Amino acid sequence: MDKAVPHFREELEALLARLLEMGGLAEARVREAVEGLVTRDPALIAKVRDGDEPLNRLHIEIDDRCFRLLALHQPMATDLRAIVAAVKINTDLERVGDLAVNIAQAAGRYATHPPVKKLIDIPQMSDIAQGMLHDALDAFVRRDTRLAQQVLNEDDRLDGLKTQVFRELLTYMLQDPSTVEPALDLILISRHLERIGDHATNIAEDVIFMVSAQDVRHHTAGGA
Amino acid sequence: MIKVRAERLNFYYGATRALQDISVAVQPNVVTAFIGPSGCGKSTFLRTLNRMNDIVPGTRVEGRVLIDDADIYAPGVDVVALRRRVGMVFQKSNPFPKSIFENVAYGLRINNMAGSRSELAGRVEESLRQAALWGEVKDRLHESALAISGGQQQRLCIARALAVRPEILLMDEPASALDPIATQRIEELIYDLKQAYTIVIVTHNMQQAARVSDYTAFFWLGRLVEYDRTDKIFTNPAEQLTEDYVTGRFG
Repeated sequence: MDKAVPHFREELEALLARLLEMGGLAEARVREAVEGLVTRDPALIAKVRDGDEPLNRLHIEIDDRCFRLLALHQPMATDLRAIVAAVKINTDLERVGDLAVNIAQAAGRYATHPPVKKLIDIPQMSDIAQGMLHDALDAFVRRDTRLAQQVLNEDDRLDGLKTQVFRELLTYMLQDPSTVEPALDLILISRHLERIGDHATNIAEDVIFMVSAQDVRHHTAGGA
Repeated sequence: MIKVRAERLNFYYGATRALQDISVAVQPNVVTAFIGPSGCGKSTFLRTLNRMNDIVPGTRVEGRVLIDDADIYAPGVDVVALRRRVGMVFQKSNPFPKSIFENVAYGLRINNMAGSRSELAGRVEESLRQAALWGEVKDRLHESALAISGGQQQRLCIARALAVRPEILLMDEPASALDPIATQRIEELIYDLKQAYTIVIVTHNMQQAARVSDYTAFFWLGRLVEYDRTDKIFTNPAEQLTEDYVTGRFG
């Protein structure tokens, strides 16, 4: 057992490091997708649209690592909760990667039309979503439930902005039907960014569970 | 309702205090597991529950152990009767060098519980069935108990313990010398037996404690560190020491 334990610790550390790497990658892809939208840069848009493979590979690798650790070491208590959290966070990050691709696809279509308006709220939504993702992963590394709770609170801002984007674009579409197609793409993008915030929220909830064994999903514990 | 209650129990081997102020309440018809590193006192504590330590010279007990609210260390307690109520199964199966039948019948005979020939045979069969061994030995009851496998011998010892109809069954590492298949049989048996008995098991195997027990007590250096529902102990223990032990961060 003396030898097996440090070996398990190493494997667990490696798992968490890979998960962070994946988080950084997912965050970068969201940033680049929205940058591509704002700058109408076809190369950047194509890079995000066609570049999901590294994230998908990590997704599979991390699941495999979790699966092996569970099977071979039968972890308990904190370790068990960390690995169960890792499995779930992994899925959330993979979905973030997919949403970055969806944003890039919409950005590609949007770039074929004249701009509907100057983009203000969407880059702001992107900043908030990236920040939430970043903070959720930071909370994960530092086992910081307070930071995780802040992420949960941020989600309302993102939802508010999404509604605002929708209302504003609706007025453009009503005034000028030629803006309907590009405006719909912007609405889609705001929806994707809002979903990214939801995934960051899931991760923050998993962090709280991992650290304190408290389940705060669906307000089961009153959002402590 | 509480079946077994220890109150501020201290146990000494000579001058060494092996158990320090152990207070614990064991519920009936559940499986309670004692875990902890070697030398933590879990086996010593188990053996205080049917006064098996009495036979070790130089030992001394302070505090009380109540079974059904009666102190088993009170003067005048009949230790033989106590051990009939509180049966024990050990790490190494220890069948007598007699037939399978006689191993199970032995306790009944010495306790004058044998009754008629057919009553005795009935009790032996019932005990072997309870120990999930009947099907494997029913055609060879009069062969030597030493001829059957280690796993079967351990179930025979369980049958032998059950024959005198105890209320409580103490098990000290009952599967540690067995292969995984025989271990699984014993674990299934423990699960089935808890409907009729109060079971306390000492195990080094944490996964086994997690699998078979309803409650788990973690011992460390002669102290009871934490005692709670098994799922709580293994998913979210309250004490850092327990956390360190169940996650293998010890030592």
